[in-house]
Amino acid sequence: MDHASLGWWGVPLAVLAGAIRVSTPFLFVSLGECLTEKSGRINLGLEGTLVMGAMSGYATAYLTGNPWAGVLVAGLAGSLLGTLHAMICALERVNDIAVGIALMLLGTGLAFFLGKPFIQPQAPQLPAIPFGWWSSSAQVRSALDINPLFLVGLALAPLLLWGLRTTRWGMVLRIVGESAEAARAMGYQINRVRLLATAAGGFFAGVGGSFLSLSYPGSWNERLSSGQGITAVALVIFARWDPVLCVWASLLFGGAGALGPALQSVGVTQGYHLFNAAPYVLTLAIMIATSSSRHRLAGAPAELSVTR
Amino acid sequence: MNVMSRIVPQPIIPLGPADGAPAPGLEAVAITKRFGAFTALDAVSLKLRPGTVHALLGENGAGKSTLVKCIMGFYRPDEGAVVVGDREVVIGDPRAAQTHGLGMVYQHFTLVPRMTVLENLVMARASVPAVIDWRAERRRLAAFLDTMPFTVDVDAPVATLAAGDKQKAEIVKQLYLDARVLILDEPTSVLTPDEADEMLGLIRGMALAGRLSVLIITHKFREVMAFADDVTVLRRGRLAGSGAVADHTPDSLARLMIGDSSTAVPVERRGPPGTAARLRIAGLRADDDGGLPALHGVDLTVRMGEIVGVAGVSGNGQVELVQVLAGQRAATAGSVSIGDEPYRATREEMRRHKVHCLPEEPLRNACVPGMSVAENMAFRSFDEPPIARGRWWLDPAAMRRAALDLIARYRVKTTGPDAPIATLSGGNVQRAVLARELSREVDVLIAANPVFGLDFAAVADIHAQIVEARNRGTAVLLVSEDLDELLELSDRLVVMSHGAIVHETTPAAADLTVIGRCMAGH
Ligand SMILES: Nc1ncnc2c1ncn2[C@@H]1O[C@H](COP(=O)(O)OP(=O)(O)OP(=O)(O)O)[C@@H](O)[C@H]1O
Ligand SMILES: [Mg+2]
Repeated sequence: MDHASLGWWGVPLAVLAGAIRVSTPFLFVSLGECLTEKSGRINLGLEGTLVMGAMSGYATAYLTGNPWAGVLVAGLAGSLLGTLHAMICALERVNDIAVGIALMLLGTGLAFFLGKPFIQPQAPQLPAIPFGWWSSSAQVRSALDINPLFLVGLALAPLLLWGLRTTRWGMVLRIVGESAEAARAMGYQINRVRLLATAAGGFFAGVGGSFLSLSYPGSWNERLSSGQGITAVALVIFARWDPVLCVWASLLFGGAGALGPALQSVGVTQGYHLFNAAPYVLTLAIMIATSSSRHRLAGAPAELSVTR
Repeated sequence: MNVMSRIVPQPIIPLGPADGAPAPGLEAVAITKRFGAFTALDAVSLKLRPGTVHALLGENGAGKSTLVKCIMGFYRPDEGAVVVGDREVVIGDPRAAQTHGLGMVYQHFTLVPRMTVLENLVMARASVPAVIDWRAERRRLAAFLDTMPFTVDVDAPVATLAAGDKQKAEIVKQLYLDARVLILDEPTSVLTPDEADEMLGLIRGMALAGRLSVLIITHKFREVMAFADDVTVLRRGRLAGSGAVADHTPDSLARLMIGDSSTAVPVERRGPPGTAARLRIAGLRADDDGGLPALHGVDLTVRMGEIVGVAGVSGNGQVELVQVLAGQRAATAGSVSIGDEPYRATREEMRRHKVHCLPEEPLRNACVPGMSVAENMAFRSFDEPPIARGRWWLDPAAMRRAALDLIARYRVKTTGPDAPIATLSGGNVQRAVLARELSREVDVLIAANPVFGLDFAAVADIHAQIVEARNRGTAVLLVSEDLDELLELSDRLVVMSHGAIVHETTPAAADLTVIGRCMAGH
């Protein structure tokens, strides 16, 4: 079977498959950013963390031969960058957004610098789970080849939601993000909570980066990320700081990103670049639709510097 | 001095009113606290007897909040000791105070606004289980509340509670944390007199039952006389006097507070208001923060030389009305005009029409907390000479000079013009903003709860200034939750309810039952 046999049905299928594939890094970065922002800090450096995760994951997978070791190292690299962000922000008169932008540049720059030797070699890839084994259509089968990381992300979202609502650390995190004053009166250490939240957020973003280099597109080069890290920040706002809504938002963005290639595969080449821009147009449209000059965003942690 | 008690967080089991040992006493011994070169407290001692209510009095900036914060471990005193019961304790942070049975309700609310009362209370405990069983916690809290004279809706987000209920929730929180010594920093300034009486009565009842020892900071003599057993008075960081309330009168307490300095004499309103309308509001509508309509067509006129008082229960649109007039909120319909010109509250219009504002919660609504007193005082004048040379070159020396002048004239207590305004005491922030707004020529004055949290001398002072401004021909819109203040100052009184003006009268003809009914929305 080939493309033609499915005809136009190939488009929704490809969009679905793309949504699942393209959404995974969005999902991890947005969950990480959601966690960080819940503590009252915004980390714009996750774009750099993502690229750094992609590079370090790929390099580790290549050097050890084990792609899962790559995922772990990517996460650790991410939490290292997150820790750095939190430590700088804990100083007086430091703005978290400015630090984030600096770390974004640092992360990407460092990744390009350290990753030069790994552009050529081929590292082992993460295995996918063939959920499409029952189908005889190659297209269906390839669409349903789902990476376990996606499933991990899916499970992580409700787990985070539960954790934020019913565990001590989740509640403390939210209190710190809602009212530093109240947290201080309760005797919680604000900077330490934010450090842990930013480090954990960085871990997720790093893992999201390893998906880029170890699964899809599945190689390491300097054009690997096209702003997913930044888009994920917008996505968190769109998802109203709710981890489960982050899943849907990621799928939506992933699907939008897959629209261009999917149309191309059935022979629609007109406006290819326009369709490729779909996620960005979507970002803009969503930001405009959900913003208001008159009242603050519902659900935004009150301590967040951009919403205060 | 070195009885360093090990602080072990213990699970807190709420005690019913009957069980448990009687509440301990509390003693602060010769506490000294300096902020840089400034001595906020100079060897101040205070003795709270077990099972009594003790009032702490003093002018704005006398050091009351600083003293209780030293006791609570919020600040570390430079010298002195704290004794709970008969043991000297070293309190390093508020959490340690909790383990000694000390609980404090701060001058401003410290509950997390967007979380429920239940969540706030459980999370304030010294030990919270790693995974919280909300249903079980809710049952336990409900059982605890059954033993309390208070009722609070535990599932309501704190932000949706009225000020009185918020204050109750703060107190319930301390009782739930098993506080046996309760410290309240101006707990009644956000409450109506009825709410205050109810709350203080309940607290006094618990003290009489031996369950609590209470230290309460207030500016209201009436509350001291009615609810306190003992009183301690501070003046400029020193102990000015203490003793049983029974041995004092409001006059003797006032003398202890301010010493020999005199208070402002009340100024009479002179002459009838002018006839020319100065501020005209017609059909004004505006939305609140949540995008819901808060003002439903407000019509109001203030003439020259007239004080129009706006009465009403807080949360009926007063905040939004003041914000629209101050340019902090866009109107959705209607018009505001000054003289004959439309007014949209731009900086240029405010300057031309000499419109000045005293919003409520000035630290939040009219100041930049991290900027200095001098800078905050220059917000109206920094872009004109003499502070701005040639209209754009800032002259910091001129700014400081202007600030020093205002600080002296309005008796703002601060360590200097360069101190961040957030370090001033609550009452002195109010004075600083007042100095900025009233020291210039004023044609229209919009004031919201202008004496909130001020000591009696400051209240007299500010009321005199407002009436003087009126006598000079200023149109004054005075929004206040204190009906007595409005009846005393206003030429005309209107009642606001559900975002509209529902009643108009004069203080002389005012019928309190009618006003009360209108305020309640009937
Ligand atoms: N963190 C700080 N840094 C510097 N000065 C401070 C600080 N906190 C308080 N002060 C100063 O100490 C003095 C006492 O302040 P405090 O808040 O104790 O007054 P207060 O008696 O509670 O007054 P109010 O009735 O206005 O609340 C004030 O002059 C204030 O400016
Ligand atoms: Mg105070």
